[in-house]
Amino acid sequence: MYDMKALYEAKSVPDAISLLQEHPGARILAGGSDVLVQLREGKLAGLEFVSIFKLDELRGVSLEQDGTMRILPLTSFSHVARDPIVNRCVRVLAEAVDKVGGPQVRNIGTIGGNICNGVTSADSASTLVAYDAVVEVTGPEGVRQLPISEWYVGAGKVALRPAELLTAILIKKESYEGYAGFYIKYAMRNAMDIATLGCSVNVKLSGDKKTVADARVAYGVAGPVPMRAKSAEEAARGKPVSEETVEAAAQAALADVNPRTSWRATKEFRLHLVEELARRALKEAINRAGGEI
Amino acid sequence: MAVGVSEKRVDAFDKVTGRAKYTDDLADKSALIVKIFRSSVAHGLVKSIDTSEAEKIPGVVKIVTCFDVPDRPIPTAGHPWSLDLGHQDIADRLLLNRHVRYYGDDVAAVIAQNEIAATRAVRAIKAEYEEYPFVLDPLEAMKDGAPQLHEKFGNNILAHTSYEDGNYEEAIKEPGLLRFEKWYDTPTVQHCHIENHICYAWEEAGKVNVVSSTQIPHIVRRVVGQALGIEWGKVRIVKPYIGGGFGNKQDALYEPLCAYLSTKVGGRLVKYDMTREETFACTRVRHAIRYHITTHVRPDGTFVAGRLEAFSNQGAYASHGHGIVAKGAGAYRQLYCYRGACKGDAYTIYTNTAASGAMRAYGIPQITFALESHVDDIAKALGMEPVALRRLNMMEVGYVDPFSKNENYFDSFNQCMEKGMAYLDYEKKRKEYANQTGPVRRGVGMAIFWYNTAVWPISLESSSCRMVLNQDGSIQLQLAETEIGQGADTVFAQMASETLSIPFENVHVISSQDTDITPFGTGAYASRQTYMGGFSIKQTALLLKSRLLAYAQNVTRMPVSSLDLVDGHIVNVNSGRALLSLKDLALEAFYNTDRSEHITAESTYQAKSNAYSFGCTFAEVEVDIPLCKVKILNIVNVHDCGMLINPALAEAQVHGGMSMSIGYGMSEQLLYDPKTGRPLNDNLLDYKLSTTMDHPHLEAQFVENYEPTSAYGTKALGEPPATSPAAALRNAILHATGVALDAAPMNPHRLFARFREEGLV
Repeated sequence: MYDMKALYEAKSVPDAISLLQEHPGARILAGGSDVLVQLREGKLAGLEFVSIFKLDELRGVSLEQDGTMRILPLTSFSHVARDPIVNRCVRVLAEAVDKVGGPQVRNIGTIGGNICNGVTSADSASTLVAYDAVVEVTGPEGVRQLPISEWYVGAGKVALRPAELLTAILIKKESYEGYAGFYIKYAMRNAMDIATLGCSVNVKLSGDKKTVADARVAYGVAGPVPMRAKSAEEAARGKPVSEETVEAAAQAALADVNPRTSWRATKEFRLHLVEELARRALKEAINRAGGEI
Repeated sequence: MAVGVSEKRVDAFDKVTGRAKYTDDLADKSALIVKIFRSSVAHGLVKSIDTSEAEKIPGVVKIVTCFDVPDRPIPTAGHPWSLDLGHQDIADRLLLNRHVRYYGDDVAAVIAQNEIAATRAVRAIKAEYEEYPFVLDPLEAMKDGAPQLHEKFGNNILAHTSYEDGNYEEAIKEPGLLRFEKWYDTPTVQHCHIENHICYAWEEAGKVNVVSSTQIPHIVRRVVGQALGIEWGKVRIVKPYIGGGFGNKQDALYEPLCAYLSTKVGGRLVKYDMTREETFACTRVRHAIRYHITTHVRPDGTFVAGRLEAFSNQGAYASHGHGIVAKGAGAYRQLYCYRGACKGDAYTIYTNTAASGAMRAYGIPQITFALESHVDDIAKALGMEPVALRRLNMMEVGYVDPFSKNENYFDSFNQCMEKGMAYLDYEKKRKEYANQTGPVRRGVGMAIFWYNTAVWPISLESSSCRMVLNQDGSIQLQLAETEIGQGADTVFAQMASETLSIPFENVHVISSQDTDITPFGTGAYASRQTYMGGFSIKQTALLLKSRLLAYAQNVTRMPVSSLDLVDGHIVNVNSGRALLSLKDLALEAFYNTDRSEHITAESTYQAKSNAYSFGCTFAEVEVDIPLCKVKILNIVNVHDCGMLINPALAEAQVHGGMSMSIGYGMSEQLLYDPKTGRPLNDNLLDYKLSTTMDHPHLEAQFVENYEPTSAYGTKALGEPPATSPAAALRNAILHATGVALDAAPMNPHRLFARFREEGLV
């Protein structure tokens, strides 16, 4: 039994927006794998909910004419993980979302919900941040797009305005074409867990595979929101494909992060992992891009 | 032959199709819902409770607080009652407590028409506390001036027992002895049975009736009677199928409160269904025990003197109390032979954490982790092979426990270790992995254990059985020993089928216990079901058989001495000829108009024996040092639990225990906030129960030595599989990395800290 004041089922995106306008303070319910858990804990007890779960218009993955990949937000983790376009263009995203929880959560949980709850540990988030994803939201004023770097405004907070709805996640062709990536979820067990630290790296190598043309390094749980490690990226960009480059980038990552000690892990351990995961993810990404170390 | 065969579980089809009924399935949907208002301080006195807002919430029927309940302390431990005052369980909690002793203690109960109203009411209750200082660590709690939890127990010491075999101070004077001394820590863990504790109660026919997810219906009947101050015959407990217990449900948990609450609403049906968070924080946990072990050893590895000091964290209430650490101290004393002396001191200490109670293997996982780690530390220091050091010192064949009279009849340890070594190719790998460098290293380790079967002579051991003949020659079989998922009903049916010589499918086990109907017995714990049930089943089956043959004498006109029951037929033993089927005999007995008799048998067997169960674990790990992670590559448990009644079920039992011990060793720990005493990870996400993805193949092997004291040659297997894997994994990590981990769980946090100390990361 869930303590909901009311549940409104949206029939379309415009209907969802008008329901959200009619019921300010109502929460959006998609797959429910976060919201229902919070409701059970009493955090959202007695509130109104607008369910968008039945909006099939918000499901699926497609390529636009300019090569932009458009992932609709209600696409489940399982569907993202098996989607041929995702696997062809951004294989690492398919792999990352396949590490969420367990099969049941992956079948019900959605990629949109994963970034709308604003948590730093979300398995899709660091990869989307690494790929400079663009977030498209629809609200009473129409559609707007914003880079994912502006999406996360604080722990558990995203840049959704009242009555706005996430309607797509976009990854531009120039963000993925020629890049290969790797995601490491570091958790305390091999399933049914949340990352202690997540590291998603992608690289583009020079034609002769000897130089790192570009590198993007992103972390989850290294701060209150998913973040890029710009120093690490600079340490690798334009450098030869080598152990030394990887090492320099891994160590540079320490300058970009500021994790804290909590009962879940000490700052020292997190910093150790920041370096170690960058090292391993970079190596794997370079290998996948055809480089040899 | 029904014994020794992997018969299908008698409950298999009902369980996989969802037909099997559990407590919540049985509760009438009209039940009122109970929710508990819990203390938000770790230690204090409730000064006042304001329920006015809560009572206004629609659907709230009644709120009962700690100011309303009788001042009648309850002993919750699931032990048989003792007529000896000095041996009775400690009664130290009330139905609801004004003096709250842990974060989450029971303060008030809401009874409402539905769950939402009850939950809202709990949120609307306000309590004022006089806050007391609290203490979470047992060694801190023992100090003078520490916060006191219970008036009668100075320095929070619930109990302190000691023993000394030989003269320790004299023994350690032997010249040339090497001294090894260390502290070992084990964590607070929780049982994590799938079905949270749930019970419901109502009054009817002058009785308080409780249906509960419990392992021990007859014991719960007594405790509910004591708690409510009513005659035990006015309490009826029903135990349906349960979703695991692992010892947590070997306690009266919320049955007394639920029964009491029903009496406060005119006997209406009230149901209390715990949340997972409450199950973690407010039922029972495994005692976290800190050990200080000192061993004096001759240079050749011979153990001369052993010294154990054990400090057991009891938590807020006594529950099973000192029995747990005392059992471990007893195991310490016997697992190895000390030529000079062995001295032990065990303390059980109250702290402001969840009450510790029974949990699978009752103190032995703790001591096994500590002692088997210690033995490997000695082996490493002496440059000896761990197996060789154990062979030199382990309990000798022929050893007799002076207290229980248990005897080590066979060379079980060596037989088990041989199998374990062969499976793992252990000796080869010991050498192969000896001098590794690099970030990823492999190692192999092992550990041994012994375990008692049932609880004699500490407590009563009896089992009662009833067999009732049906018209078709089949029987109903009833025992108070409970099916808790382990497969007890199936092996009971196999044993009855064996002794009566009737088909397995003709034994209908009544799985559910109802204390108004089921013969008396104490329930599922102490790895006692097969051993104890075996006695009463065999005795009762022979009694039933004698009655069947006596009746057959009338029908066949043959003397009983010439008759036997073979394969469901009455047989003339002289000719070997089947004279009539048991079905025909039953029809005669039921419907003969001249001489009708319903043939039944019922008997009690009181056991005054116990039996040593033995075994070991061998494990192989791969340690990724920079990632501070351990991958278990191979693991095998080998048990001598006597004869296997059902090999497939025995194997499954071992798998479950190994899994539990893998979690114990590698990942599980219930944490408390040192600032508030609040449990930090009381849910299945943050409490790292290991998943199937964290397990390798679990190999279970057996050595079958017929246990001479046992009705069917069996001895303990329920709990033993959960004892030795954690220590074997620890020793494998030691072998791989050279780093000794002296505290479980050996999770990445601990590995990081230790690897950093050793300069590996």
